Amino acid sequence: MALLKMKFPLQRRVRLAQGLWLLSWLAVLSGAFIFCLGVYLKTELLRRAEVMDNAEIHVVPNILMLVSLASIGTNWFAGRVCQDSLDTTRFPRWKRFLMGWFAVVALLCSLLVTAVVLSYALQGRLEESLKVGLRNGIRFYRDTDVPGRCFQKETIDRLQIQLRCCGNTNYRDWFEVQWISNRYLNFTSKEVKDRVRSNVDGRYLVDGVPFSCCNPESPRPCLQYHLLDNNAHYNYEYQTESLNLYSRGCRQALVDYYMELMNTIGPGVLSVILTQITVAVSLRYLQTAVEGAMALDNPEDDSDGYLLEKNLKETIQDIKTYFLILYMRNKINLESDDADAAEKATAS
Amino acid sequence: MAVGKVTFTKAERDKLAQVLWLLNWISVVTGVILFSLGLFLKVEIQKRREVMSDQDILYVPHMLITTGLVACCINFLGGKICYDSVDTTKFLRWKLVILPYIVCTFFFTFCVLVGALTCYSIRNQLEESLFLGLRNAMRYYKDTDMAGRCFLKRSMDLLQIQFQCCGNGGYRDWFHIQWISNRYLDMTSSTVVDRLRSNVKGKYLMDGVPFSCCSTFSPRPCIQLQVTNNSAHFNYNHQTEQLNLWRRGCHQALLDHYTGIMQSIGLIVLVIWLFELLVLTGVRYLQTAMENVLLLGDPDSESDGWILENSLAETARSNFNIIKNLGKCYQVDDDPNINIPTATEREVPSRQVQIPVAS
Repeated sequence: MALLKMKFPLQRRVRLAQGLWLLSWLAVLSGAFIFCLGVYLKTELLRRAEVMDNAEIHVVPNILMLVSLASIGTNWFAGRVCQDSLDTTRFPRWKRFLMGWFAVVALLCSLLVTAVVLSYALQGRLEESLKVGLRNGIRFYRDTDVPGRCFQKETIDRLQIQLRCCGNTNYRDWFEVQWISNRYLNFTSKEVKDRVRSNVDGRYLVDGVPFSCCNPESPRPCLQYHLLDNNAHYNYEYQTESLNLYSRGCRQALVDYYMELMNTIGPGVLSVILTQITVAVSLRYLQTAVEGAMALDNPEDDSDGYLLEKNLKETIQDIKTYFLILYMRNKINLESDDADAAEKATAS
Repeated sequence: MAVGKVTFTKAERDKLAQVLWLLNWISVVTGVILFSLGLFLKVEIQKRREVMSDQDILYVPHMLITTGLVACCINFLGGKICYDSVDTTKFLRWKLVILPYIVCTFFFTFCVLVGALTCYSIRNQLEESLFLGLRNAMRYYKDTDMAGRCFLKRSMDLLQIQFQCCGNGGYRDWFHIQWISNRYLDMTSSTVVDRLRSNVKGKYLMDGVPFSCCSTFSPRPCIQLQVTNNSAHFNYNHQTEQLNLWRRGCHQALLDHYTGIMQSIGLIVLVIWLFELLVLTGVRYLQTAMENVLLLGDPDSESDGWILENSLAETARSNFNIIKNLGKCYQVDDDPNINIPTATEREVPSRQVQIPVAS
């Protein structure tokens, strides 16, 4: 009892072959499209690589790029098979590759599904990575004279301006870090000495933020220093002032940005998976219909196309028996090898 | 003595018609490109309309947009004409239209050239407009509570951040303007009152700049206030400090930005103009060749094609005479063929028609 059997007269077989040829080229194009999306995601992740602690999230664009390249190959192969399918002399040479092709396509589809699942599952890891990366960035903000860290200031400033964010969680992260280098502090001044002495680690901490935290939407000129002191500025109350600085933290801003990017890529990947499955199912029907037609006396007669020759349970049973026979054969071979080796050992 | 005479066999004429059909369709695409270039330029100018004092330079993108649309229509018609020129019977349909079409297209390509040249000549007008626009934007920077000016602060800040520039000609322009609103000045404080009194117009001027002038490339935290006072900051010398603020003025930055865009657009439009001229020459050759074939009577024979039938001087003279004679259209001259009615003419008897009445 075949699974989903359909009748295929000659005309329908021809139509199926033509439609599938077009569909396989469409699938090639969509594979190329997914490759471009993967490259775009990777470049966006690399752009902010300096504020990421690890590169675990890169597995998503890497999978997308590899799978899309492989899918271009498999769909091109499907197109070639379609072209030859209606010619009884040329079709048989593709026959033995088709089983392997179905396995490869199943693997590719599952990898794509994995990529989509990972893009959501790795969100927590991404956030952790950004937390550590941003913390280091803020800590080394002042080290513009230390090789290896001299561009942290520019990176963090540019990040805060472009993403309209301030600090790791919010602007108060800057209060806990000395972001003004000692090179620019006058250690003969009383004020500086007092502040440094009042801190346990001898750091110069201020309730101030760098200029890149300033929000251009604010109606008043930006207040960067003495942010928690209402008396330091005229007509200022830090509890109610919301527009002076960016209120969002850079970690949240980056996570939102990347999640939005992956959310837009997600539907594209799912539609490519659907296209690939459609190609696979159509090719299976074409294969069985053409093979059925070739087995008939008159190759132009109607033939049957199906997904599985027997129903699902019987097919699984068949596969189990196949592997069991394979295992048995291997075992017998191994036992006979052992027996031979034992004989040789006793003989010598 | 024809200008640029070339002899065409039937096969060559057909080939020419087919090639011109293809070129006309490519010209439709270039017309679309012209249209989109005009649209792009318009959007770019509109984006920064707040720092431009007048929007007169919008005539350049408007011209490009109309030229692009007209190019699409003209080349579409040209494609149709060339498609029909393969068959002499179908060509007869277009016989009356084709010469005016060529003349119109010739003037149209002239418009395209003018469009390309205006892109290069716009610089002076743009310079003036940007200077005044930026000066006003800086003057009204503090007026975030006034309707119509409340977004100038944001626009100016975003402009300075994006283009990495400060002020009109340089950062010192901010020293001559009160950019901190009185709402945020403590009028009871003696420093504020002293500063206001020391200024003739009662403006609060200071040697400070807004935060958007700060350079991201500076190794030290930004110094915005008391920029020219070396003793106000530790280890600071404003004459040698290069990286603290953006050095370039926004006037220069915007001018460079727009001039760059206009020059690239101008170059593309020039290339399109040359292409249109090529297509026009081909259509002219096709027209003259087809008309000569019709005159000869045999559709398969060879015919001549040219750009001008007589030399340039003779054509100019004959056209001038035509224009002169057009002016004499309504004057009475001694042409013996014109019938002037006189009193000696016999009257034509009128016939009387009897209508029979049925009884």
